[in-house]
Amino acid sequence: MGKGIPTADAGPTTTGNGDIKHRSKRDQKPRLLLMGLKRSGKTSISNVVFRKMTPSDTIFLDTTTTIQKEATHTFMDFQIWDLPGQIDYLDRSFDAESIFGGVGAMIWVLDALDNYMETVGHLTDTVFHLQQSYPSIKYSVFIHKIDCLTEDLRDDTVRDITQRITDDLYDVGLENPPISYHSTSIFDSSIFEAFSKVMQSLVPQLPVLESLLDTIGASCHFEKVYLFDVISKIYIASDTTSVDLRAYELCSDFINIIVDLSEVYGWHQETDFHEGEQLAALQAHGAESYVNNIKGYTLYLREINRNLSFIAISKDPAFDREKSLIDYNVGMLRDTLLKVLDYV
Amino acid sequence: MDNLKTKPAKKKILLMGKSGSGKSSMRSIIFSNFVAKDVRRLGATIDVEHAQFKFLGNLILNLWDCGGQDAFTETYLTSQKSHVFSEVGVLIYVFDTESRQFHSPNSKIDLDTYAHIINALHQYSPHAHVFCLVHKMDLVPNDRRDEFLDNKSILINHYSGGFKNAVRTYGTSIWDQTLYLAWGDIVQCLTPNLDLMRNYLSKLGQATKAEEIVLFERATFLRVTDVTTPTGEENPYSDRFERLSNLIKTFKHSLQMYTGQGASHPFGEFTISCPRFNLVLSRLTPNTYVLVVLPPGGMDLVNTRLNIMGVRDGLAALDQPG
Ligand SMILES: Nc1nc2c(ncn2[C@@H]2O[C@H](COP(=O)(O)OP(=O)(O)OP(=O)(O)O)[C@@H](O)[C@H]2O)c(=O)[nH]1
Ligand SMILES: Nc1nc2c(ncn2[C@@H]2O[C@H](COP(=O)(O)OP(=O)(O)OP(=O)(O)O)[C@@H](O)[C@H]2O)c(=O)[nH]1
Ligand SMILES: [Mg+2]
Ligand SMILES: [Mg+2]
Repeated sequence: MGKGIPTADAGPTTTGNGDIKHRSKRDQKPRLLLMGLKRSGKTSISNVVFRKMTPSDTIFLDTTTTIQKEATHTFMDFQIWDLPGQIDYLDRSFDAESIFGGVGAMIWVLDALDNYMETVGHLTDTVFHLQQSYPSIKYSVFIHKIDCLTEDLRDDTVRDITQRITDDLYDVGLENPPISYHSTSIFDSSIFEAFSKVMQSLVPQLPVLESLLDTIGASCHFEKVYLFDVISKIYIASDTTSVDLRAYELCSDFINIIVDLSEVYGWHQETDFHEGEQLAALQAHGAESYVNNIKGYTLYLREINRNLSFIAISKDPAFDREKSLIDYNVGMLRDTLLKVLDYV
Repeated sequence: MDNLKTKPAKKKILLMGKSGSGKSSMRSIIFSNFVAKDVRRLGATIDVEHAQFKFLGNLILNLWDCGGQDAFTETYLTSQKSHVFSEVGVLIYVFDTESRQFHSPNSKIDLDTYAHIINALHQYSPHAHVFCLVHKMDLVPNDRRDEFLDNKSILINHYSGGFKNAVRTYGTSIWDQTLYLAWGDIVQCLTPNLDLMRNYLSKLGQATKAEEIVLFERATFLRVTDVTTPTGEENPYSDRFERLSNLIKTFKHSLQMYTGQGASHPFGEFTISCPRFNLVLSRLTPNTYVLVVLPPGGMDLVNTRLNIMGVRDGLAALDQPG
């Protein structure tokens, strides 16, 4: 056993005699690692996305000294490990298996303002080493704090970083490394969009979900449809029409309002008002919301279960008239989704 | 109803405070649909920027955004004194949480400036309302905010001269809903016919059995007024109106980005129905939206819409200069 690092919570532990097989069986939750240099923004990201921290409050965060393990309560149980930037994980005496065994995806957070030569070197070393022992890990590079760069610098920076990483890995013999790149900032929805893509790579049912969403999009004349994890605002699938950050932003602001109003006005006990069948019927239908007359658009939300909601943007002028048919179709979709996702 | 057939009331609002305290930022967010991250683009204000906003049909806000650099402040207090300080409806004085006066007890310069301004106001507009905003509260750690604000309020009140014990102090930040609470209260103290509006809302409340009804202004989404039943009074979330203002403003912005065009009314009707509550947020008069919060149960949307229609004309009349 190498030296261990103190961990912040109990989490899945290595028992000291290195019984790793046992551990990874018990611990089926996919793990997501946040890595990167000190001050690159890992803790900020994890807090903004999963704890609803106000982005401007992240200036008060201290540097992280121990691995922070966070179990998320989203549609899918997984853990996020925030790895302090100050530890050298490639040190041979280090118990790598306890960290990297069972990892589904790794996010490398790279501060776009930094002189990024150093972190690119770290990143390629890390990917190169991990590829040998853990070939199934998927990598994402978040080119982060992009808000600090002027518009015209952004594309160049992203291109330059991507090129360097690709070149470096090519030089050590990794030709098509499984890396995706995202430019991100905690001050807008780009961080949520990027996290959505990372999470989607961990959802085995993704192709099925996408084809279901494509089908309903076509039959109900929706422009864009999403399946959202409501609390985190990560979307776990969308129809396969082109990615549209504005559509995502719109839907996530729509959800924000619904979540907030549900907190503010959901303080009644429903049992104060209904009992038995009536309550069961309401619950079975799930929450529903729509916004109409948005310059010809309509937004529509239907709750799938406690975590997930279906959201659609429609440009059909006949939406109001066809609403009951749409309700019916979405109801059918809901039943199917619950089966596909194994919830029933 | 003769008193309604008059021209819209025009109220002068002075927005003052040190340069960089955030005056133009908050004005742009409340009245010009900026989102918080857009305000970095703003430069320092030179002299006074005048802006007029129609708030409802019957109230015109005549906003004087006064550049806060020392040289400008100097002229407000000397050569332009009567011009600036006469016929003021509201003075909003913005303090910056970061500003030196709050940190070093020896440097009282900003509070001295405030005291001079208060004196000038008292001389020319003794009946004005005074609001002090301790702004950029986001820079104070969360757990210290209450205490920080309490201390500042006492200090500010001490320097408030003829308006002592009449100034209202708010902690605000462009990054959360606090800005909407302060500005909602500011505008509310200038809005005519509030009682008449409330009468209509009460009627609507009785007809729909609503737990709460809130009237919002269309462009700013500031709360105009509200009617809350005893059940609604038990609601533990006392910041709920400004939270909604803030969220709808953000939503409105992304609606505009998505559809690619501005609209006087960003949407027609917003409904939520779920086992714990139902609500309708609907376009009401040319300048307002109404939020109707209904108790849990199957929502009778058709009936709710009819009831909303029932008070529309009456409220529309109050929303017009006549
Ligand atoms: N402008 C900008 N600043 C950011 C962003 N994300 C994080 N920051 C700032 O970056 C600083 C460092 O963030 P942390 O989250 O503590 O960094 P970390 O990667 O966890 O650092 P260690 O714990 O030392 O490894 C904080 O002051 C954040 O406010 C971003 O998207 N934009
Ligand atoms: N942290 C924080 N910064 C803010 C807030 N409001 C405004 N700012 C920043 O404060 C700076 C100055 O804002 P302005 O609105 O231009 O200041 P001003 O009071 O109009 O200044 P003058 O026009 O020179 O009198 C801007 O860079 C804003 O980004 C806030 O609530 N929190
Ligand atoms: Mg950290
Ligand atoms: Mg200014």
